Amino acid sequence: MRAFYGTELPNPLMLGTAQYPSPAILEQAFRASGAGVATVSLRRESGAGQTFWSMIRDLGVLVLPNTAGCHTVKEAVTTAHMAREVFGTPWIKLELIGHTDSLQPDVFGLVEAARILTEDGFQVFPYTTDDLIVGERLLAAGCEVLMPWGAPIGSGRGLNNEYALRAMRAEFPDVPLVVDAGIGLPSHAARAMELGYDAVLLNTAVARAGDPVEMACAMALAIQAGQLAHRADPIEARDMASASTPVIGKAFLS
Amino acid sequence: MKIVINGEPREVEAETLAALLAECGLSGRVATAVNESFVPSSLRGAHRLHDGDRVEVLAPMQGG
Repeated sequence: MRAFYGTELPNPLMLGTAQYPSPAILEQAFRASGAGVATVSLRRESGAGQTFWSMIRDLGVLVLPNTAGCHTVKEAVTTAHMAREVFGTPWIKLELIGHTDSLQPDVFGLVEAARILTEDGFQVFPYTTDDLIVGERLLAAGCEVLMPWGAPIGSGRGLNNEYALRAMRAEFPDVPLVVDAGIGLPSHAARAMELGYDAVLLNTAVARAGDPVEMACAMALAIQAGQLAHRADPIEARDMASASTPVIGKAFLS
Repeated sequence: MKIVINGEPREVEAETLAALLAECGLSGRVATAVNESFVPSSLRGAHRLHDGDRVEVLAPMQGG
């Protein structure tokens, strides 16, 4: 199992904490699914932050703060510093948004920010595209994890470019890889794991489901199924049938 | 002194960042930035505020 900066995830479901109908449902979704990591953010203090933080801490999961909504290197780096102090972890999900509608990462700024942060002792989880060269640059900048998107954040479209994700797995066999964003259904999450990914990060698909707790469980089970399937070395698909029941010994009855 | 805290203009007595947090009742787990630069909690007591400073006080929040 590939470790994330030396930490083995107790469960490869990384679950976001935003958009749930209530804090109680968020808490149940985590407890019922066994998600191993919670993503969190920083926003202007309005009074609700302290209660939220104490609830997350009580969940006993690993915490991955993000730099969501940042559009410049400076903004992302400053946010990362603030997150490190508040959450007491060197982990940072580095998000640097380049396009307003697709929330596609600005990969050029991402590489620059990743370099600045790793030099400063951060353990960077970059939210990136499925571009191999960008992946290489991020690793050269000091990242030891890559988190390519499946599809745009919140779109629920699944794995838009499975070919590229498979190529990424093959290109970086030793690097922990996470499909981050775009997951809509458990089958999408299972597929990511079947490709050999190490974890799946999702939020909207669970939080906005009619029953977030059930969906969180469904995602966790799908991720586990996909992980087992990958380890079990699946058969290759073929065009023609191949009888599974032995032909030898069949009675002559016609 | 007039400063902007979390986007809101405000007249304050505080002369340092630490005093400002106390004056505004922000005692929980927060991170601070002044004029878009991070100020670690250990430096808040020594960080003197100036008229027109823009202060950000951030707290844990839900995120994806």
